[in-house]
Amino acid sequence: MGRVFVITGSGKGIGREMALHYLAQGNVVAGCSRGEPSIVDKNYTHFQLDVADEKAVVAMVRTVRKSHGVIDVLLNNAGIAAMNHLATTPMQTLQKVFATNVFGSFIFLREVAKVMMRAKTGRIVNFSTVAVPLRLEGETVYGASKAAIEHLTRVAARELGSSGITVNAVGPAPVDTDLVRSVPPEKIDALIARQAVRRFGTFADVIQVVDFFIDPRSSFVTGQVLYLGGAG
Amino acid sequence: MKEKILSIIYAALNDASEELGKPELARPGPETHLYGRKGHLDSLALVNLLADVEQRVADDLGKAIVLADERAMSQKRSPFATAGTLADYIELLLSEG
Repeated sequence: MGRVFVITGSGKGIGREMALHYLAQGNVVAGCSRGEPSIVDKNYTHFQLDVADEKAVVAMVRTVRKSHGVIDVLLNNAGIAAMNHLATTPMQTLQKVFATNVFGSFIFLREVAKVMMRAKTGRIVNFSTVAVPLRLEGETVYGASKAAIEHLTRVAARELGSSGITVNAVGPAPVDTDLVRSVPPEKIDALIARQAVRRFGTFADVIQVVDFFIDPRSSFVTGQVLYLGGAG
Repeated sequence: MKEKILSIIYAALNDASEELGKPELARPGPETHLYGRKGHLDSLALVNLLADVEQRVADDLGKAIVLADERAMSQKRSPFATAGTLADYIELLLSEG
């Protein structure tokens, strides 16, 4: 029997690819995004919401648990980026990026963890970026929000370890998605030049890491952040 | 409504009693101490109890509430002191929709 997944940001990009991948394996997926669903599958349910809207997230998680009894896996993927020099970064950018990336990830982490704590088992994967270890110029806000997620990951792993829940993070190298397309090409080229393996990441690269983290045999792997492309 | 909420808390305490090996929680009443100076629960056990109660409220009463909110954390008298104070707090949250 398949597992029950919650995947945030499943409307497009990596979130959508992960949803399709785990649906194809016979799992049940509850996804969310601000827009209309982009997946039609009998095992897929879409919730149209803003991940920083606490009430909407609480209602979604309770609905999923009520429908399926458990939540086995949370892929806390929803995120937005912003590129700007810190001297020209408006406060509003900071608020928007932190609301989605940090607050949104935290609310899902908290609500799904409560469900998993009762079951005494669960797998949570958060999403960081190579922009954190590479300390990329122009990504102070985005990088800071993802650095916060890495800290949440490490501490959550400790707080939830006794409940049989693992919490890890993957830090993808640039993958050709909407999020990366908004970055000037020369910036992306410079970034890729700093990786050990100099190419774009692919959805399959990311899913490979997620598969490892959520494997039932990975119960001793927690509190880790794994960067792709040798960027760390 | 208060009786229904108390019965939800008691059911969660019964489970906690078994899990924690604390028979004193098996037959709870409104005065049963949860957390604080005379409390039977440590912080982690309280977190588990609150998560359990939230889910039972969602299942039995169809309402999604978050117990550990800003107000609960800042009150002079903690709503998590006894089963009775917790029931009062849940009733308040439910009345606010």
